[in-house]
Parts: sequence; structure tokens; C-alpha cells
Amino acid sequence: MKKSKAFWVFSVLALVIYAVVQGLISGGILDLYYQNILVQMCINIMLAVSLHIIIGITGQFSIGHAGFMAVGAYFSAIATMKLGLPLPVGLLLGAVVAALAGLLVGIPTLRLKGDYLAIATLGFAEIIRIIFLNVDYVGGAAGMVVMNMTTWTYAFAGVVITIIVISNFTKSRHGRGAISIREDEIAADAMGINTTYYKVVAFTIGSLFAGLAGAIYAHNFFIIQPTTFNFLKSFDILIYVVLGGLGSLSGSVIAAIFLTVVSAYLANFPETRMIIYSLVLILVMLYRPTGLMGTKEITSLFKFGKKGGTKI
Amino acid sequence: MTSNLLIKAENVGIQFGGLKAVQNVNLYLNQGELVGLIGPNGAGKTTTFNMITGVYQPTFGTIAFDGKNLKGLKPYQVTKLGMSRTFQNIRLFKDLSVLDNVKVANHNIAKHSIISSILRLPSHFSGEAKMEQESIEFLKIFGLDVYKDELAKNLPYGMQRRLEIARALAAKPKLLLLDEPAAGMNPQETHDLMELIAFIRKEFNLTILLIEHDMHLVMGICERIYVLDHGQLIADGTPEEIRNNPKVIEAYLGEEVDD
Repeated sequence: MKKSKAFWVFSVLALVIYAVVQGLISGGILDLYYQNILVQMCINIMLAVSLHIIIGITGQFSIGHAGFMAVGAYFSAIATMKLGLPLPVGLLLGAVVAALAGLLVGIPTLRLKGDYLAIATLGFAEIIRIIFLNVDYVGGAAGMVVMNMTTWTYAFAGVVITIIVISNFTKSRHGRGAISIREDEIAADAMGINTTYYKVVAFTIGSLFAGLAGAIYAHNFFIIQPTTFNFLKSFDILIYVVLGGLGSLSGSVIAAIFLTVVSAYLANFPETRMIIYSLVLILVMLYRPTGLMGTKEITSLFKFGKKGGTKI
Repeated sequence: MTSNLLIKAENVGIQFGGLKAVQNVNLYLNQGELVGLIGPNGAGKTTTFNMITGVYQPTFGTIAFDGKNLKGLKPYQVTKLGMSRTFQNIRLFKDLSVLDNVKVANHNIAKHSIISSILRLPSHFSGEAKMEQESIEFLKIFGLDVYKDELAKNLPYGMQRRLEIARALAAKPKLLLLDEPAAGMNPQETHDLMELIAFIRKEFNLTILLIEHDMHLVMGICERIYVLDHGQLIADGTPEEIRNNPKVIEAYLGEEVDD
């Protein structure tokens, strides 16, 4: 079968990164602190890329992404802690339930446009959070105790699957349909694209991987609490996508890595942490208003894409 | 009328709040015709287009395309029945390449599913290859294949107009609706456009409905012309009849005053 050059480069790169990090962990060079940052980084990348398909590709401004992360986190935790299922089953269940939640939320809200859609998705995310806050079965406000079962392998596999699925979707007739909605919804409709269908599909795929990220997150921190998934978390994810450049998958990956590193480093200066973090954001937006990558992909910086732009 | 009637719009009208933008329009298009729709600014030409293509649902009357009632159909469903259009203000997918613009309209010629694209099954590759090949064919007809990797927004204005027509054709229409295709073009470009329209009409066996302000173009290529004024049809007939119709002259130039 024909595979593009970019695909092979990505595969080799992924294997090398995995092998090197796994080697460092086995060799005892990376201690638990660094392993934790790496897992956190993987979770953030998954969240960023899963929001990228909704905002960057389909152009639907959703700011309730943390809600679907919460669904994934709680349902996977219920599966492993309450029902005693193995971790992979829990991760899968969390992702699937989050996708169903995305489908249910997406069908009514995606009729809305722009600001109205943003407000509606924010509202739904808060509803999801408040439901978990009030259900005693999952611990209510005190949270739910979850065993630490996530390893670097799970987190990295999650990232690779997320990127492959979303990038393959984008580079197909379906992804082109979704991008045409972002570019001009009326024209897309007139060209025979079922706009409602593709908006809901993109929203559901995005929710699926937000749920997977949430599920991995739940098994990394010993406890999950509803407050973790408030609207500030949604904004964090939004920042990755906007900072990376709307429409650029590699941009959102780079931004997620960059901001995870910055925020981990700044943990040493708790008093000034948020000030410096905000300054970094302001500086990037001042000097790169279209985000780090614009709409370009990192592959277009090399030989793969000839002219740049959103490469399909 | 005979059975090769492609568009049958009867007593069509639309009301926005208290404003009747278009009323009592009867419009018939036969297979293979090239018909013009003219009228002063604000006469309701684009509104009529929008009702035919499903962007607006008419408040009164019925529109049938190829014998099927269009009531309640969304624009993408109307497009799938075999109708496609261009826009008065160019609506290209600006940040997509020229080739991808055409591929979007080619969406429905390939049938591979989302799952097959995500898993990169063989049907994905054959479907995408078919789309690529057909899209390049369309670009070649319009002389745009040399620009295929250029972003649509970087094309010169006249080329963008041509690309919009290429994109509309790629959706495989039986009926093509052109909304002011010559707007903003110089006489040479307008002339080329007339030849192009005549060519694609023959090549693709198209029926064309055309809104245009350039009278030279309308009178030059249309076989029949409908004239709208203040939301109502005031005349229809051959270019010669329209040119001499006192109502049309009045609508465009105002009433004649005796000295």
C-alpha cells in the first residue's frame, strides 16, 4: 500500500522518541518527577489535538472541552475502581462514553454559530461537572480515589493513536468537507457537503480523544475531583490550540509541549508563576498573532509540502 | 410545457417579516436552455436564486427540479439532485489550494467512509485518487491546472471567478446557476467568459440560469430572459423582445417624459 513519506517519518520519529524515553526510564535516569511531566505532556497533547479537530479543522468554537475530559476520567475510573475491569478496558470505556456525550451535546448545540456555540458548550461542560459534583457514587466534591496505573507507554500510545486518527481524518474527503465548513459554511453547503453531519462527526471524534486523555489523566494522579475539570481547564486546552495556530495539528502539539514545560518549570516559582505564564502568552500572541505555526504544518517546513497552507 | 422541463417554479414568493421580497414568480427552464435573469439592484434576483438552491425556503408557491419538489430540502441535498451555483461575492475556500477547492465539490463522487479513511483502507486510496484525477480534469478545462497548489486567495480576481465556476461544475450539475459571473471583469475577460460559458454548456450538456448586469453578455448569449423588478416578474421573452419591452425600459431608465 502507498504510504506517504511523512507517514514513515512520523512512524520512525514516534518509535525513536518512545525507545529513548523508555530506555531512560528503565535506566533510572528519569525519576518519577520527570516521568510525571512526560505523562502530563502526553495528556495535554491529546487534549490539544482533540480540540484542534473541532476548532482548527471544522471551525466550531467550542470551549467546553474539559467536560468531555471529565466524562472520560470518571467513567474509566468507575470501570477500573468500582467494577474491577483492567485498565485498557477502562480507557476504552471512558473514551467511548465521552464520545457519546459529545454526540448528545453536539447534535443540539452545533446548530449555533460563533459566540452562541461557545456559550452553549461552556454551559454543557459545567452541567457535566456539576453532575459529577453531586453524585455520591463517585465521591462528590471530595473526589474519587483512583490507583496510579498510567505509565509512559499508555500515555505515549494514546498520543500516537490520537495524532494518526485525526491526521488521517483531516487528509481525506471527510477532512476536506470539515475544512470547507471552516472556510465558508454557505459555500460548503452549496457544494454538497452535509455541514451538520461533519460538524457532529468532528465534535464526536474530538470528544472521544478528550475522553481518552481524561481516562489516562484519572489513573495518573491518585484522585480525581470535579474542580479539576472546570472552565479554566477548558481555557487551558483552548490556549494550546490558539497558541499553536488555528488549523495546524503540529502547532497544537508544539504549543502543548511548550506550555507544559513552561508551566512545569514555573512550578519552582509559585508566587510569580501565573504572571510569567501570562506574559509568555502575551508575547507569543504579539509577535505571532496567527499562532506559532499559523495554518502551516511542520511537514511543510521540509520537502513534503510544496507551497504550505493547510496541507490536505 | 413539455416533459423536459427542468425547473418549474410556480407562484413563488418569500416574505421576510413584513417585507415581501419576491412574489408571484413563475419561472420555467427547459433542458439545455441558457436563460438570463435580469433586473435593477434589489429586484430580488439573488433571493430567487437562493430559493431555488434551498438557502431560503419560499413562503409561497412550489419549486420543482426535474420533477421533484424541493420543499424542505437543504442546499446540500439540492446540490446532490444535480444543481450547483456560484456566488455574487466570490465564496471560495480561501485557505485551501485551488485543487482542494475543486475536490470539495467532488466530495460525493467517491464513496469511501470515515472509518476507511482513518484506517487508510484500499477504498480510501482508490477514492482519493479518483477525486484527484477528476478535479485536475476540471482545472485543465479552465486553464487553472498550473495553479493547482496555489492557495485560492492568492489567485487574481478573474481566475477566482473561473475557479468558482470550475468548482460548481465539479459538483456534476444538470443545472448551473451563475450569479453575476462577469461582475468586476474588464471587457476582454467578459468576452472570454462568454466563450467559456458557451463551451461548458455544450461540453457538459448543461442548462444554465444566469444573473447578470452586463447587458452585452446577457443579450449576447441568453436564449430567453426573465426580468424582475421590485420582487415581481415584469417580462420574459427573447433578448429582442426584452430590449423593446416598454416595461423593462421603464424599470431600468424610469418613465418616459413628454417634452
